[in-house]
Amino acid sequence: MNNNRTDLELITSLVSKGTRILDVGCGNGELLQSLKDRKSVKGQGLELKQERVNQCVSKGLSAIQGNADSDLSLYPNQSFDCVILSQTIQATNNPKNILIELVRIGKKAIVSIPNFGFWKIRADFAIYGKMPITKKLSNNWYDTPNIHLCSINDFVDLCRELNIKIEKTIVLSSNNTQSYNGSPNNWSNFFGEEAIFLIKS
Amino acid sequence: MNTDQNKFPCSYFTDTKPLLLENGTSIDELTVAYESYGKLNQDKSNAIIICHALSGDQFLASKNPLTNKDGWWNRMVGSGKPIDTDKYFVICANVLGGCLGSTGPTSINPSTGEEYGLNFPVITISDMVNAQMRLIQHLKIDKLLSVIGGSMGGMQVLEWAATYPSNILSAIPIATSSRHTAQNIAFHELGRQAIMADPDWSGGNYIKAGTNPTKGLSIARMTAHVTYLSEASLTKKFGRRLQDKEEISFGFDADFQIESYLRHQGLTFVDRFDANSYLYITRAMDYFDLEKTHRKSLTEIFEKTNIKFLIASFTGDWLYPPSENLMIVRALSAGGADVSFVNIESDKGHDAFLLEEPEFDDAMRGFINSVSTEAKIL
Repeated sequence: MNNNRTDLELITSLVSKGTRILDVGCGNGELLQSLKDRKSVKGQGLELKQERVNQCVSKGLSAIQGNADSDLSLYPNQSFDCVILSQTIQATNNPKNILIELVRIGKKAIVSIPNFGFWKIRADFAIYGKMPITKKLSNNWYDTPNIHLCSINDFVDLCRELNIKIEKTIVLSSNNTQSYNGSPNNWSNFFGEEAIFLIKS
Repeated sequence: MNTDQNKFPCSYFTDTKPLLLENGTSIDELTVAYESYGKLNQDKSNAIIICHALSGDQFLASKNPLTNKDGWWNRMVGSGKPIDTDKYFVICANVLGGCLGSTGPTSINPSTGEEYGLNFPVITISDMVNAQMRLIQHLKIDKLLSVIGGSMGGMQVLEWAATYPSNILSAIPIATSSRHTAQNIAFHELGRQAIMADPDWSGGNYIKAGTNPTKGLSIARMTAHVTYLSEASLTKKFGRRLQDKEEISFGFDADFQIESYLRHQGLTFVDRFDANSYLYITRAMDYFDLEKTHRKSLTEIFEKTNIKFLIASFTGDWLYPPSENLMIVRALSAGGADVSFVNIESDKGHDAFLLEEPEFDDAMRGFINSVSTEAKIL
């Protein structure tokens, strides 16, 4: 199982059966399909690339082309039971605004991020003094879509600033996953490669 | 063209209960000419209605008796096709105001015993949909699995969804708009003026006068046809190539292939379409404005709707461009509707929805399958 699949499995586990879901940045619908098959959700996808939207629709998944930065404002308050933003927030123009929107339109939201505080990234930068390239963050600084990377601690700080409640955190490292009720501890910011947050306003 | 009703080999439904129209008048005897494909299942849950466009007809997937050509959506509808007639019962009715058997300007007005001509009331998209609803009630179908249509067909789909939300499970408006724009109206006005400028139109009474405004109608068709294509498709298909000659003629014959093509389009159209019908139907499209008819914003019209929507547009369509379709998508999303939107990369212009676009077919197939799975149709 690669990391991406683990992320998908864990997010699926956080979603309640039969709920109404919006997957922001749904790609070709892998997560939506998993949620439909295993949690019988009523899912909607929002995806930047039309080609991927078309792929979703061909599979019988509901999806529209749209931009997380500009199109979340379309949706009414609390119109979804849960809004999911998987491995996408770091690629948006205004993560703060998106976070506000997520908990506005969703009764709950699930956000997963690659952790820039991960020790290998720190070490990489400390030793080479160059923008770190890892398996998860494999682009060069000049061609990366990830323009707003953050660490687990950064994310927790922003939630605190916005009065967003972190109900649950799952921290993934290469060989294990650790769940926390509420925010994770400081060690996760060092050892965690990725984190999944269940949040609400 | 011959105006005899029942001359077209298809099904007919006649309703003597008057159909009240949006303009306040009524049609006292309504006839709906329609074709159907596939079989209606026991619990009548597999019916799909397909609404045709301006120059379309009920011969969706069967040989057109006037042109002897395959149905206009043969590619999409049939056994094993995206709209699979092995699974679904597909209905396509000639629109109210049309000229292929449904009540329209060429029909006999029961109160005078003569053809309606310009005495036919000005109808709207919503009148067309109400006529189709009569047919659906006659067939005793409570719930349509889907209502599908492109262009003017898409307008009817939107009207269906707005007026009869509890009678449809899903809706697929394609390459359409929630209202006619100034540009849309402008092109239609060109067509109408061409028809009415033809002396053979005889003030609309050409049937009585024994004339036929074929010149006017064919110019209307030529104008409209250009709006269905795109510069890219015209360039690809014709460029500046000459028709059967090496050099330009320094005259006004059809030197260029595009001229010859358009003339052919115009000429063949008059064999299968009635000029007054063309006036009435284009008018119905111009009057189409969903928000105005329903006195609500698009979002309010579809707020909390249970209908599952698929909206499709084509990048090369400048008549009903993606932006117009996206406006509907946004309104639906804002109303919390279950909506999908595909924008298909194509340089074929508005007509792309009728042509070979595999990505579009896949989206149609996927969407309809998911709707029928949810409705538990095997």
